[in-house]
Order: sequence, then structure tokens, then C-alpha cells
Amino acid sequence: MSTATTPVDTAPSDTRAPRAHLLRRLMANPLGGPAIVFLLFVAVVAVIGPFVAPNDPSATSLQNIFAPPGDGLVLGGDSAGRDIFSRLLVATSFSIAGGLLVAAVASAIGVTAGLVAGYFGGWVDTMGSWFTALTMSLPSIIVLIAARSVIGPSMWLTMAIFGVFISPVYYRVVYNSVRAVRNELYVDAARTSGLSTPRIIGRHILLAVRAPVILLTSGIIAAGIGMQAGFDFLGLGDPTIPTWGQMLNEGFYNINRSGLLVLWPSLALGLTLIALTLLGTALRDELEGTGDERAKKLPAWTPSQESDPLLTHGEPVPDPLLEVDGLAVAYEGKTYWTTVVHDARLRVARGKTHGLVGESGSGKSQTAFGILGLLPMGGRVVDGSIRFDGQELVGLSYDDMNKLRGHRIAYVPQEPMSNLDPAFTVGSQLTDPLVIVQGLSRAEARERAISLLGLVGIPDPQRTFDSYPHQLSGGMAQRVLIAGAVASHPDLLIADEPTTALDVTVQAEVLDLLRDLQQELGMAILIVTHNFGVVADLCDHVSVMRKGVIVETGAAEDVFREPKHPYTQSLFDAIPSGAPRAPLPGVTSSGDLGTGSLS
Amino acid sequence: MTEPLLTVDDLVVEYPAQGFRAKPFRAVKGVSFDIRPGETVGLVGESGSGKTTIGRAILGLAPVSGGTVSFRGEDISHPSTARRRELTRNIQVVYQDPYSSLNPALTIGDSLTEPMIVRKTPKAEAARRVRELLDMVQLPADSATRMPREFSGGQRQRIAIARALALDPSLIICDEPVSALDLSTQARVLELFLEIQERTGVAYLFISHDLAVVRELSHRVAVLYHGELVEWGDGDTVTSTPEHPYTQRLLLASPVPDPLQQAQRRADRLRLKEIQAEQDVQAAL
Repeated sequence: MSTATTPVDTAPSDTRAPRAHLLRRLMANPLGGPAIVFLLFVAVVAVIGPFVAPNDPSATSLQNIFAPPGDGLVLGGDSAGRDIFSRLLVATSFSIAGGLLVAAVASAIGVTAGLVAGYFGGWVDTMGSWFTALTMSLPSIIVLIAARSVIGPSMWLTMAIFGVFISPVYYRVVYNSVRAVRNELYVDAARTSGLSTPRIIGRHILLAVRAPVILLTSGIIAAGIGMQAGFDFLGLGDPTIPTWGQMLNEGFYNINRSGLLVLWPSLALGLTLIALTLLGTALRDELEGTGDERAKKLPAWTPSQESDPLLTHGEPVPDPLLEVDGLAVAYEGKTYWTTVVHDARLRVARGKTHGLVGESGSGKSQTAFGILGLLPMGGRVVDGSIRFDGQELVGLSYDDMNKLRGHRIAYVPQEPMSNLDPAFTVGSQLTDPLVIVQGLSRAEARERAISLLGLVGIPDPQRTFDSYPHQLSGGMAQRVLIAGAVASHPDLLIADEPTTALDVTVQAEVLDLLRDLQQELGMAILIVTHNFGVVADLCDHVSVMRKGVIVETGAAEDVFREPKHPYTQSLFDAIPSGAPRAPLPGVTSSGDLGTGSLS
Repeated sequence: MTEPLLTVDDLVVEYPAQGFRAKPFRAVKGVSFDIRPGETVGLVGESGSGKTTIGRAILGLAPVSGGTVSFRGEDISHPSTARRRELTRNIQVVYQDPYSSLNPALTIGDSLTEPMIVRKTPKAEAARRVRELLDMVQLPADSATRMPREFSGGQRQRIAIARALALDPSLIICDEPVSALDLSTQARVLELFLEIQERTGVAYLFISHDLAVVRELSHRVAVLYHGELVEWGDGDTVTSTPEHPYTQRLLLASPVPDPLQQAQRRADRLRLKEIQAEQDVQAAL
């Protein structure tokens, strides 16, 4: 294994194309493509509309009142005899401009305030959250109506005020993204590189907020256009400026005399808003990769590689509790399978501890999850057999598997904290399974849970029983999970890196506990780990895994004394030799406490 | 005896607590040690011992509430913003997590030139230096145009080391730089650290929870426990015949990859535990 090689991917990589191709990806998106084409059309109309309009949109003519289409008037005349087509062209211009103004004002205020408050915190942060709370609690249409009575019917001012009112939407999104990246190590690294604050914001922070801001903007423009239409529809807008809302208003008044009047602005408004919304959805799918991928026809899984011969030490375990043969685990991709475990063979003896050791990505956890029948989405046991005490587990129904899980097969996870629900006490999380799975009464379950907590070496079981997970240390939480796992006296305990998240001194205690429990309860343990020290401490047998293949297996003593596979040997070579470094010449050593304050 | 490069004297770091008149949280309680030019000082401790906080305090990322940090005799506990920025030329950092320490949106070349743009290094000069740095950490020269996601954890850590080296610092704070890496990758990155030190004479403050790693790399070792320095001295002595009960426990707790030796070590640890428990009882009487 060389660090100087690129990460090995047997299957084609699924990483999405970088940002440069965003527009191309959007155009290819079934929602984004049509939306962009339509919005471009609207934009062109908005820009050139006022110049190409055949008639003055405000010129009234008595003979054109409710005139039918034709005769110089493409869409006919309205109730004042104005040219509907010309009005529609000019209205597009004003409506779109109104929406853009809202987005411009809102983003100018919201993004700036969000950046400052998110990065520096302090009083800007406090003011920002007050202002946000205030504007969120005020219905903006009421404020706009109130403002109109003071400033008069000016469309631009109204839209600008609406922009201020909607700016907290930007503020909150930007604030949250800045908060998220501000503590990223690369921002710290930029600070230790000597970059000034504006430079860090420009270089690292703005990059992170760019995507969510672009995303939001299409929605905010839509909201602005919608708000303006509503305002004008109520007759509160500037009567001298033709807008879609005004045309709607006018069409609505005369809906019984000429039903078509209401159609054109409705179409323009409706289609534009739909296009903006679809564009937003498409943007989100492409920027965040959340869209539904239509599964293409997946070919049947086939073994993707020749398996290495498995090097074994000594005789195979007779009458094993768990017998895994030719196990293959694969994940469905769009057009191919990614095989993560290949032809795995494993025998776990009754009442013994078996270590499954390997580096990250070697498939050791996938093997464990495959045995438990708990592979993440898309993962599947595609080949081989898993026999537990003579019973075949591959192909077993979910219900039948559940009769084993939590009864005869138990599981201890890697991250103790994320596997306890912070909303419930330890006691209720321990007693629930006892009541549901084992059919104990509440009182019995309580008594049993407390005795289990004592069994796993928790000094004050009653107090821990009443505690919430956040009140426990990592080591305590892991003991609680082990207590839950052994509650049913399982025959097999599968532990996935049970000590990796713990400090060394705590790890030693948890390993002691596992050893004691095993002797007391006579269960077999399959422990997944990357730490050869843990294997040496706990395991009777060990299997070494590399790139989804188990390459070597045998009694722990034999494998450690005489590793056969070159990979196993290279792993042993990589273990720190334990040779101390020679002291630096000129520095007095041995008991020298330097300038230390130790007495 | 050479003059110390960095001296930490009675350092106290306190974080303000949440809530009215709450007592501030004291993460580091009066820690003193020093680092000489070209030396590696290992800082060992478990989670919450304050080891990372000490590194951050030296870098100016954590508040120094008491004591001093001096660099070449100059007190840098509370420098001006401008001085702090100048100091970054001399004191650099390599973080634990190779995934979040590189901006995913910037090319490797951009990340590596970051320290140089501040110094207004000419473009051609900066490009030459990037090639040199990539060569020093044994990565192909075309890495500069690639994105972080194209690299594995070990390679990213090499890039982070290259960035730290960009300005030719005299001290690099290494905050658990190999604990997120696989065993074989870890061994290679450790080798790289040693090689760079031999070549450039840079000093390391090597922060880690792993006594074995620290032992292999450090000239002198300091052991932290709950924010206090409990043992400090020559690396071999501290890591093989420690005096403080906590260091003794720490040493015996980390399992050795050999079933027979480990059985012996386990027995030793359990015996030590009993002895220390007895001593605690006697002390309480």
C-alpha cells in the first residue's frame, strides 16, 4: 500500500463534474432546461419589450374598448381601449424589474449582514437575530400597505421595502453557512498562513455561501414578482406603470365582459413563477446532488476479480458458531455494481473471540453488517452463505432475521454517543427492548437493566439508569451499549470498532470488560478493528482483510508470530517500532524538567 | 546549550463559560515547557487534556489568560494583528483532519500559494516554490492543478505539510497529524516528518494521544493530564520508565501488537491499578 498512489477505485468514479459545467448540467436537467429557455425568453421580452411594443401601452382609444384581436391590435383592446399586447410587453419589463429589485435589495442587506454576523458574531449577530425575529413576525403585506399610505403608490419604493423585509431569508441562510465553514480547519490554516480577514472572507467564506445564495435568488425573484402582482391586483400599485398585477386587476373587473383579458397576464405570471421555481429545484439538484436518479437497468452482479488464495494457519475451527463462505457484498450504482467484500471466508468458534482486522475501506465493517443483515441502502449480499449455528442467514426474511438479532446475535457500534437517543434516559432505552423483545414486565425490566449496568462495571447503576446520554462519558456510554447488547445472553456479539472512539486508558477498561463478559456468558465475539494491539489483547483468532478480501486467517498467536501474506507483513512493519529517538545533542536530558514548573 | 526557540511559561488558557457570572472553563492550568531549534517535543494526553488548546494558544487561536508564550525571547502571548501575521512565517501548523484542512473548492496549487500571496511573492516564483514543495513531500508535480477530492487522506496530509513548509518556518505545530490515517500511511507520513526535519532543521511540537508515535518521533516528551503537565523530560525516559502514576497508566493501557507481550502488559496494568487504588485509599485515610 503506497500513499503516493491515487485512491483506488475499481468502478468508474461517481463524482459529479465540477462547477464549471453547472450551466451545461442545468440545461440537461429535465426541469432546468425548459425553465432556462422560458426565462431567457421572458428576459429578452423584458429588455426589448418597451422598444418593440407596436402601440403606446397607456394610449386610450374609445373605438378600441374591448376590441377583438386583429386590426393592428394583436390581442385586442382592454376596458380603456389600450393595446393589450403592448401593455403585456411593457408589463413584463416592469414586473421582472420589480422582482429583480427585491432580490437585489434583499441580497445586499441579507448577504452582507449574514457574512458579518456569521464571521464575527458579537453585536451584529445579536442585532441580526432581533431584526430577523421582528420582520418574521410582521406580515409584510400589511407593512407595505401602511408604507404606501405614507410614501404614495411608488412601485420601486414598495419593492425596495419588500426587499428589506425579505432579507432575513438571505441572512439566515448565509449566517448558517458562514457559521459552518468558519470553524473548518482550512479557515484556521488560512489565518495561520497570515491572510487578513477580508481576504479570508473573500477567498474561503464567499465560496461556501455562493451556492445557497444562487439557489435562494430564484425563489426570491419569484416572491418579489408574486408580491408585486398581488399588490397591484389589490389596486395599491402605481396606476401609471403597467404590470401583470394591474392587468390581472383590470381583467378581473371585466371578466364577465371579456374573459380573455385575465388570461394573458395570468399566463405570463403563472409560467414565469413556475419556471423560476423549477429552476430553483433544478439548481438545488445539481448543486447539492439531491435529485432522484432514475435507476437504469443494472446488469446482474458478477465476480469482479480473481480472489487471492486465503492463507490459513493450522486446522479450520471444527463446528463453528458462525460460518461465512464465499460472501460477496456489493452496492448498486447507476450502471454497475461496486463490490466491497469479495469471496470472504470466516469461521467464528463458539465462545471465542475473532478479530477482523484491516485498514479503512478494506470491507471489514461491510462484512459485519452483511452478517447482521443491516447493510446500508443499496448494499446487498450478492453471493455466498452465512450459517449461524447451522441456520442459513442469507435470504432470510427481515422478520426471521429479527428473531435472531437482539436475541442470539447482538451488536456493539463504534460511536457510543450517536447510538443513544439524547431524548430518553439510559434506563428507558435499556428497558424498552427488554419489555418488547423479551416480554418482561416494566418492573422486571427495570431490575434487570440495573443489574446489567452493574454487570458492565458501572459504579452507580441506579444513577446511570436515570441519566440522559449527554451526562455520560464516552466510556460509560459504551458500557451502557454493551449492557444492552448482552441483555439477551447472545451467542454471538458483533462489535464494530468498539474502542476506536475512546481514549487509550478507557479502551483498556472496555477491553477488560469484553473479556470478562465473554468468560462469564460464554459468548463468541466478532470484533472489527484496525488496531493490532486490540487484536493481541482480546482475540483467539484473527482474519486480515484487504480491499474486500480476507487474505489471512488463523490463531492470533500464529498470525502474529509468523505472518504469511505480504500484506499482513507490511502491516506489522508499519507498526511504530517502539525505538525511542535519541536526545538532541546539547539538550540535557534524563530527569531534566527544563523550565517546567513541576516541583 | 542552545537558546530555546519557543518557551511556554506557566500558560493558562480560559474559555468564558456560558451563563451569568459562571466560572470560566480553565482548559490549560499553568503549563511550562520549551522547544529548541530543530527539536521535536511530543505533547501527549487524552481527550480533554488541553493538548490541542496549547497548540492553538501558541498559534494565537486560543486566548492566553495567564503566563507567557515567547518566541526567540519575544513575548508573543498578545501580539498586534500585524505582528501575529508576521509570526505566521515562523510558526506553522498541520492539523489532524486532512479532509477539512483543505478548501474543497480550491486546487492544490491555490491552497499551497495561499501563504505566499500574502507576502506578494511573484507568480512565477510562487509556482516554482509549489513545485519544490510538492517534490519535498513526494507528490507528483501535476498535483498542483488537481482538486483535494482527488487525493487520499495520506496524500492530503502531505499537501497540508507542504503548505506548512511554504514559508520556511522554524516551528511547526503538528496537531494529531497521523491519527486519522491508516497504519501503513501513518508510518510513511511519520518518515516524511523525520526526513523534512533532517533536511530543513525545523522544530516540531508534536501533539498526539498515541505514546508509541510520540516516542518514535520526539526528543523530549511532555505528558498532560486535565490541563496540567504531569511529566516532562527526555523522550526515552518518559515513555519507558515514567514516574508519574498517570503516565504509567497511559503507557500500560496502550496495547502492544503481540499476544504474549500484551498478556504480560495486561497483567502489569491490572497490578498497577491495584497498587494505585491501595495508595489512593491510604492517601484518603
